[in-house]
Amino acid sequence: MNWQSWSDFLTMGGYGLYVWGSYSVTLVLMVLEVALLLNRKRTARQQLRPGTAEAA
Amino acid sequence: MVSSRINWFKYASPYSFYPLAGKLVPWFSAAATICIVFGLYIGFFVAPTDAQQGEAYRIIFIHVPAAWMSMFLYLIMAFWAAMGLIFNTRLSGMMASALAPTGALFTFIALWTGALWGKPTWGTWWVWDARLTSELILLFLYFGFMALQAAIDDPRRADRAGAVLALVGAVNIPIIYFSVQWWNTLHQGASVSVTGAPTMAATMLAGMMVMAFGFWFYSFAAVLIRVRCIMLERERRNDWTAQYAERTQ
Repeated sequence: MNWQSWSDFLTMGGYGLYVWGSYSVTLVLMVLEVALLLNRKRTARQQLRPGTAEAA
Repeated sequence: MVSSRINWFKYASPYSFYPLAGKLVPWFSAAATICIVFGLYIGFFVAPTDAQQGEAYRIIFIHVPAAWMSMFLYLIMAFWAAMGLIFNTRLSGMMASALAPTGALFTFIALWTGALWGKPTWGTWWVWDARLTSELILLFLYFGFMALQAAIDDPRRADRAGAVLALVGAVNIPIIYFSVQWWNTLHQGASVSVTGAPTMAATMLAGMMVMAFGFWFYSFAAVLIRVRCIMLERERRNDWTAQYAERTQ
């Protein structure tokens, strides 16, 4: 085991800012991409429904 | 008797590719989740501290896989661009358009994590060496591709213009890959190569490879969801989308 405690894990041997700065931005961007995609999918499907579709 | 000849053009039509992509997405998503969770476990709890770089090296588990994906997705995008120009199939342009945002995402992640890794190990966030500069050009190629397609109203013309840009820009991929050999760069050479033995500990390599598979599965799930959106958006007035809408009421 690499870590003695939670604070040990978060400190990352003094490189916490760099390691967690990398991982957090990556996580946020990937979650954001999935959220935008699911939103786009919902919109695309709604526009197919008769009645809500824009006039052709 | 099953015919041994596969009609590859069958899936070039959005009508037959749409349900196939829909079936693949859950599997790719599940595989991505499993690989990323397992990869992070190896990366933080199994792989030991690096003798030279301490814990800072743990950025490698996202930096290298993201950099690989940034180049790999561009090559697939260029492949679909070429298919579109040669065979003029509708699916090709849609695939190229669907790949670009995820490719740009991983290019940005590679640059961002590289800067955060460079500061503690090289003493600088950024340097204009061949590897970093060519990767930045890759980001601009993705942005340029998306901006060009967004600027042209007719999707088929947008596809063709984007395809030419994607193909011309593909020359940048070998430049990125071989930049650390061709020029004297601050960026280190490859730790993993096709021909030689990897120059890193087995557990570090394992974590990196599992994360690379995770990003690979993630990319394909995201791209397939996006290409399905593009199909519905572009083919809104075609019969198959109308039938689809009725089935999924």
